[in-house]
Amino acid sequence: MTSRFGVVTLAAAIAAALAAASASAETIKVGVILTYSGPAASLGDQIDKGMSLYIKEHGHDLPQGVSLELIRRDDTGLNPATAKRLAQELITRDHVNFLAGLIWSPNALAIAPLSAEAKVPTISSNAAAVNLTRLSPYVARVSFTLWQECLPFGKWAATKGGFKKVYIAVSDFAPGHEAADAFSKGFKDAGGEIVDSVAIPVKDPDFVPYLQRVKDAKPDAVFVFVPSGKQATALMKAYSDLNMKAAGIKIIGSQDMVPDEELPNMGDEPLGVITVGTYSNAATRPANKAYVAAWKREYGDKTPPGFMSVGGWDAMAAIFSAIKATGGHPDPDKVMAALAGWKNPDSPRGEIMIDPETRDIVQHIYIRRVEKVGGHLANIEFETLPMTKDPWKELNPPKN
Amino acid sequence: MSAILAAIVSIAFHGLAYAMVLYLISVGLSVTMGLMGFVNLAHGVFAAAGGFVMTRLMNGYGVPFPLAVAAAFLAVGAGSMVLERLLYRRLYGADELSQVLMSVGLIFMSVAAAKFLWGPLAQPMTPPAYLSGQLDLGFRAFPAYRSFLIVAGAVVVTLLWLGLERTRFGARIRAAVDNRRMAQSIGIDTGRLFTWTFALGSALAALGGALGADILAIDPAYALEHLVYFLIVVAVGGLGSIRGPFFAALLLGIADTGFKYLLPEFGAFFIYALTLAILLWRPQGLFGRV
Repeated sequence: MTSRFGVVTLAAAIAAALAAASASAETIKVGVILTYSGPAASLGDQIDKGMSLYIKEHGHDLPQGVSLELIRRDDTGLNPATAKRLAQELITRDHVNFLAGLIWSPNALAIAPLSAEAKVPTISSNAAAVNLTRLSPYVARVSFTLWQECLPFGKWAATKGGFKKVYIAVSDFAPGHEAADAFSKGFKDAGGEIVDSVAIPVKDPDFVPYLQRVKDAKPDAVFVFVPSGKQATALMKAYSDLNMKAAGIKIIGSQDMVPDEELPNMGDEPLGVITVGTYSNAATRPANKAYVAAWKREYGDKTPPGFMSVGGWDAMAAIFSAIKATGGHPDPDKVMAALAGWKNPDSPRGEIMIDPETRDIVQHIYIRRVEKVGGHLANIEFETLPMTKDPWKELNPPKN
Repeated sequence: MSAILAAIVSIAFHGLAYAMVLYLISVGLSVTMGLMGFVNLAHGVFAAAGGFVMTRLMNGYGVPFPLAVAAAFLAVGAGSMVLERLLYRRLYGADELSQVLMSVGLIFMSVAAAKFLWGPLAQPMTPPAYLSGQLDLGFRAFPAYRSFLIVAGAVVVTLLWLGLERTRFGARIRAAVDNRRMAQSIGIDTGRLFTWTFALGSALAALGGALGADILAIDPAYALEHLVYFLIVVAVGGLGSIRGPFFAALLLGIADTGFKYLLPEFGAFFIYALTLAILLWRPQGLFGRV
């Protein structure tokens, strides 16, 4: 009896000691919601690696006694209900100081109201739904919006790009429509003509019938938005199966079509494809060279870093800055004040800033062409549209 | 006018290539379902396995395309025999729910295992140089690889049909599908027959998965993503038939391609409406027995 009592008191003493120890050293918890399983697991993998790499390279930058704990949760894919539940658990049970990650816009849109209610600063590493940052004053974005990419790209295509007639073919979901609307506005305002447009069901494995229709319409180019990965690969295959290049129809689109990590899997078909994007791992900026080298040291050559990984990296950079600015006590309002106007001149993608008014990212937009460099395909940036804001928010001022 | 004609030819051609892939993968499912009454939803796993074996051999070890396809066919056939002995056999007498649960469980295990072994990305498939590019037939050019798919599919269909109609093995399978107890009582070892049929069906799926990797990209979730298409081919074609799935695949492939061309906004849903209509008209499928 006494011995058991002894064990219990000992256990209690240890627990108390541990609690005291953890209270003295501030642990800042970041709830990371990403897709770690299912068909889109590669996306979560990219962002998670970007985040982990930042922590590894910059962990010593945190204020004395502050430690960072990532609590990872798997939303399994485009799944708003699951994502919302995970966010709820992270907020109420784990008492996270930040939420980060967020690949899918619908998932992020489901989480945004929670971040407002619970006052949890939330950083989107990828979710690009244009109105996301309007839904909660505690949401900031370090990825991009499709308006930010595609509207100036439309303008470029009609002017410097020299395209007169463009067919639009996008995946039938919100980002596809945003890309189509933004490109169409930019292109038409600059004098271009949209021949026709088609929305392709997201799950469709074969693009041939849709592209055949495009080919019959004889445009100068087809503007495409499809999710990264095998959809993009299948689209490129259909493009070459139909011999559209020989028919004089170019393929243009957003970086999602030729992400750096998928390029090695796509064969030679994407050669010459022109895309608009925020990041290419072939860029020669010193910050990017350092990033790619660190990535190779840590993860080897197997999967190169793509634009999503940089979203993970910059989300951590923003969180680190906010922790430092608040002296290791990340009060949500102070964090958001620190993030407003936050600048990172050393991002692998070049200088970035969080717009203090919209909490959306301001960054360089690059026009790139797929070229062969050293036996590998790479997205080579050939034109920079410096420090571009999200135009949608200017075109659609908030209604009060 | 000639533009419309060109479009029609293009639709028929691409629909046919797509149909061949669907047929190769689904015919085994139809036979095992009809023969053994086993609801093997995990059939697509064998197709995916075929694709993985082929791409691994080609990309990792530089094995030539025909050898890699043959290896996929044999390896998956042999592997499926082991699975049949260890897993499937235990559930032959079980109710359909147990069979479905077991095979769905297999799908999820295969998805996780494939992701662990090969990573989450789709496997690159580069057809050999002699099958790449365009094949010029004089009046117009066709993509070489898809032309090859159509020819390969036609050869396999012919061989299968001859094998079932003209060989003793085929006669036994037909006998067992028609009336298993009668077949047993005249001395056909249906247990062994099942094993071989299962292996053949799985190996054909592997062949379809490997040859079709250019159209249906090989990635870990393959078996789950395309399951609906395989089931439609089998349901529309009718269980236990070789011809049924062939016509069902043709219908599905060409109609699907055609309607997506004509009505791109709705075309992708048309195939489900067509399936519904056919099954309302003939619940047993086009060539199934009541």
